[in-house]
This record gives sequence, C-alpha cells and structure tokens, in this order.
Amino acid sequence: MSGSETTKLIPFDRLTATAVAIDRPNVDTDQIIPARYLALPREEQVSHLFHDLRYRDDGAPREGFPLNEPTAAGAQILIAERNFACGSSREHAVTVLVDNGFRVFIAPSFGDIFNNNCFQNGALPIRLPEERIREMLDHLARRPDARITVDLDAQTVTGPDNWTQSFEIDSFRKQCLLTGSDDISLTLRHEPDIAAYERRAEAHADWL
Amino acid sequence: MAMSAAATDGTGPATMFEKIWRRHVVVDRPDGYTLLYVDRHLLHDGSYNAFKRLEAAGMKVRRPDRAFATPDHYMPTNTRDKSAIVDPNHRRMVVGLAANAAATGVTIFDIGDSRQGIVHVVGPEQGITLPGITLVCGDSHTSTHGALGCLAFGVGSSEVTHVLATQSLWQRKPKAMRVTIDGALGFGITGKDVILAIIARIGAGGGTGHVLEYDGSGIRQLSIEGRLTLCNMSIEGGGRAGMIAPDDTTYEYIAGRPYAPKGEAWDRAMAFWRTLPSDDGATFDREVTLSGPEIAPMVTWGTSPEDAAPVTDSIPDPALAADAARRDGQARALAYMGLEPGTPISEIPVDRVFIGSCTNSRIEDLRMAAQVAKGRKAQIPSWIVPGSGLIKEQAEAEGLDQIFKDAGFEWRDAGCSMCVGMNGEIGKPGERIASTSNRNFVGRQGKGVRTHLVSPAMAAAAAVTGHFTDVRHMLKA
Repeated sequence: MSGSETTKLIPFDRLTATAVAIDRPNVDTDQIIPARYLALPREEQVSHLFHDLRYRDDGAPREGFPLNEPTAAGAQILIAERNFACGSSREHAVTVLVDNGFRVFIAPSFGDIFNNNCFQNGALPIRLPEERIREMLDHLARRPDARITVDLDAQTVTGPDNWTQSFEIDSFRKQCLLTGSDDISLTLRHEPDIAAYERRAEAHADWL
Repeated sequence: MAMSAAATDGTGPATMFEKIWRRHVVVDRPDGYTLLYVDRHLLHDGSYNAFKRLEAAGMKVRRPDRAFATPDHYMPTNTRDKSAIVDPNHRRMVVGLAANAAATGVTIFDIGDSRQGIVHVVGPEQGITLPGITLVCGDSHTSTHGALGCLAFGVGSSEVTHVLATQSLWQRKPKAMRVTIDGALGFGITGKDVILAIIARIGAGGGTGHVLEYDGSGIRQLSIEGRLTLCNMSIEGGGRAGMIAPDDTTYEYIAGRPYAPKGEAWDRAMAFWRTLPSDDGATFDREVTLSGPEIAPMVTWGTSPEDAAPVTDSIPDPALAADAARRDGQARALAYMGLEPGTPISEIPVDRVFIGSCTNSRIEDLRMAAQVAKGRKAQIPSWIVPGSGLIKEQAEAEGLDQIFKDAGFEWRDAGCSMCVGMNGEIGKPGERIASTSNRNFVGRQGKGVRTHLVSPAMAAAAAVTGHFTDVRHMLKA
C-alpha cells in the first residue's frame, strides 16, 4: 500500500525544562482550547491556549494565571491535578499545547482520550500519585524556575533537589515515543492480519 | 452460523465487554496492546483534519462501506442552506465533509436529507449501531451507542485517520466497572437524572480507564432513548465507554431499521446477540450500586458534571467541603455560576432553555418536554433542536411542534447547536441556561454562560416557570 511512510513524529527520549502548574482538578479540554477556535487553521490556534482562563474580556493577560507569569516562558512541562484534559475528544487540546512548547504532562489522572491523543503527537502524559504532585506543586510555588528532568528510557522524573520519582508507561507507547514512529505505519505491517480477521469475522457476522 | 461470543474462551464467566473485546482482536501483542477491529465508523463535520491527513499521506479509506458521515457540529439549526453559513471556516467543514464522502465512497446523510442529524442520534436511528459490534467516532460522546449492547468509544482525530486507513485501532484493554441501579425509578425520573446521580457519586474522573456497564432493575425499565441518554454521559464520569446488555426492548427498537439485518440474517444476528449479556458470576474490576427509588430530578449547580444535586436540594456551602482543594473548587465554581451557598435550587431563576444535543434530542425527550409545555407559556427564550431530520418529521406528525410553538418555544432544525456552540449558536455572557446537553464546563455554551444540566422535562418546566421546578408536580397535574 502506498503511503506506508507516513509522517514521523519527533522522537522523545529525555527532557530537562521548567514547568508550569495548572493547580485545579477536572480541567477540561474546552478550557485548554475553547470550541470557537477549533475551525481555525492549526497555526492560528497557537495563541488561544487556555484562552478564557488566560485573557480578560479586553484581551489583556489575566494576572495570576500561571501561563502569564514571566517564569512560564520556555516551560515544556505542565503539571496538573486529577482528571486533567477530561471532556471533549478534540485533539487540538494536545496540538495547541505541543505548539506552545509543551511535551510532558504530569497529573494524577488524565482524560482517556487526551491520554491517547498525546501519543499520536509525540507528547508524554505521566501519571504520578496525588501526594507527589502536591509536593511538586508546593516546590514549584517556591521555586518557579526549577528545572525538572524527564527521562523516558529510565522512566523517571527528577526534580532540582535530586528527588527522583519513577513512573509507569506501556512499553508499546514508550517504544513509539522513543522512535517517533506513528501507529499507522506500524499497523500497515499487520495488513495480512487485518485481511484474515475480516474474512473470519464476515463469515460469522454476515449482517454487517 | 452465529458464533457464540464467548466461544474462544475456555475460562469461565465473562462480562459483555470482555466478550465483545475478544471477538474483535486482530493482533494481541505481548506488551498488552491489542489491534482491535472497528466494525462501524461514524464521521461528522469535525472530521475534516482526519480526511486531510489521510489524503496527505496518500492513503485510501480501507472500508468505505463501514463508515457513515453526517454534518452536525458546524451546521446552523435555523437554516438548511449551506451557503448561508457565514463563517468561511465553518462552511469549509460542512462542505468539506460532503466532498470527502463523495471522494472516498463513504455514505453520507447530508444537509437536505431527512436522515441527517447529530451523529450519535443517527447511528442508532439508522440501525448502524447494533449489539456486539465495535463502533468508534471522533467525538467523546460515542459512548452513547453502547446503550444497544456494543463497545463504542470516542477517539481523537489522528485515530480517526488510523481507522479510515486500517479499520482498526491500537488499544490497551480497559478495566470493567458495573454500575447497578437497584430498584425501580420513581415517577418522572429519566435516564438523564440517573446518569447525573451516578456522576455525582463516582466523580467526573471516577470511571477513568474503565468501561461502564449499567445494570439492575432501574436500567431495565428504561426505554432505548433513556438508555442512550445514560450511556451518552459515561464520558462525563470519565468512562471509556458505557454499555447496557441488549434485551427485548433493544431488539424491538432495532427491528426494521435501514442498516439492521433482515430476514434470515436477523435470526442469525439474534442468536449471537442473545449470547452477549455478562455471564452470571462474571467479575468486574469495580462495582457501584445506587438505589433506583432514591434518585430525584437532578440539576447541576457547578462547572463539572459531578456538581449535581436533586432539585429539592440547596446550593452546597464550600465551607463544609471535605478538603481545601474541594473548597476552593466549589468556591470557584459558585463564583462563575453566580450562586450563593444555601440557595434552594428551585429558587434559581433561569434566562434561557436549550432542549437538544446527542444527550436529549430524541422523540421521547421531545414528547416529555411537550407534555410539560402543553397549555403553558415559556417565560424565557427556549429552543427545541431535534436530534435528526427524521425526529423532527415524527414530532411534527405527532403535533409536538405545534404544542411547542403555541407555548412560545422556538422549533429548529437538527444539529449539535447550543450544546457546544461550534456553529455560533451560543448564549450571552452571564446568561443562565437550563440545558439538556452534557457539559456544564466554563464557557461551554458561550463565554461567561452559566449552564445547568437537566432532563428535557426539567428544562421545559424551567421554561414555563422561569426557574428550576420539580417537574414531578407538573407531570402529575
């Protein structure tokens, strides 16, 4: 089949960067990018990350919102509370974060669809225990310029005081991220399996 | 020959989810990932990027016969004329879907075809959604379809491209959770009240990583419309999918629908479908039980679907919250919603009513709203947006449109409309909306808009009284 060489993602192995904290639970993808921006071309969506939380009605930056702090510039890690990026399946929630420089999201839990969408875009969602997130947020409040290292191969997050926390990740997803390979090119190698499945299934369920 | 769903299993009782999952495995990797076959794929006008990506990669739609499209998100509901779409980006989405369908051979129910509507209304209505299948769509509310006893879940745009190209998806098997509604529901209680009560109990992330199966006598009594509403909001409880075992109610609903099996194929399908329900003794990773008779008409008061309470309650006091994080969250939600702790919910005035969305726009929803609206007058702007052109026609044949119009409601065309506002149909800042949709997120129905999620009957009651009202009293009257 033509097109088996689909777009390669930028591989992810190790990252040391500053972090931004979104210190509230259940942040939904409507907050990450409101629906009214979804029909815009991707490059025009970039400036609308967290738009309504980030900007006042007159367009001025809202004081106190973490992304508006000077220390947020250059951050590539976002730390959040439970159920981050729940709600709508909009993949724009991942791409607008990625286009703003974020590659790693750390939270106690994520919306399932956002979690899957991350891997389609070379981004790494990391689940850590709530207590650990709390410590990281406290630390970040004191030292917003702290640099955090995420090592995918070793599956560790290391903070500035050299505390290290390991994290779990599916080995399948890990390999895809490390090599920057996308799902479709992998799946096309299973074309004979899919065709065989279809022959089998259609004999059993001929009404579909 | 219909194969027993559990035929490949030799290891004892299985859940319905397990049976459907096993039947769709193309490849099982040793690392726990499965290439899962997708039986039916639904597309909408937000699928633009997925088609674009496919085309850019020079790939074809593998099984156009397994894909069905209908525009819903971007189409205005006050016109059926695509050229009347003002925003060129929106028009591109709607026009683009028809062009993509034509180019790829995917079936489309386009604007002007009475089968057009909200994708999660159209699937079951056309018999595309069937028991035992896997179904995906690039929309989180794909969980809706599980009401007919299938495994249906929402995916992102890249995964839509993947399904278009390969008719399969890489998945890690979710866990299974059973939610039992024990005992009959009270008079006037709907699927919407049940799911809001469930989410209030388990939390907006309570079902994360799980497929939710709903069971119990309180579920069995629900019509298919009620079950679709219930499964629709599984995602609002964090669930990967929601499902209800098929029964005679299901089979009666499916029989005769255009894409459902007929004749001998129907008999073969039925023999298979009857093997689907979870076996006695099947184990779930988690179990939750709610008492059916205790569920009251629900209203959300905050900015997460978990912020739901019976209409007979009052607004909670953040000072009494279990911990500081919850206190701050509730206080922030109440500030946005413009509500004071201790206010009885039934005293909260409402500015606007929206009856529609993939949650509550089906014929039974409209009948119930009409029952409340009949002979009364809307006190506030109130919209009825049917879920499909066919529902609109059926409602008109039953005279429901006249009841609504006489009561001062606006009778519109099918689409997602004010649930998500992508087509520009939104509320005004500060406006308080009683909405039958699924999300009360900040700004969901327009910047600064305050959304309260309710059932269609409760929304109609709010429309004719101007405030939240326990609709059970009005239905009795």
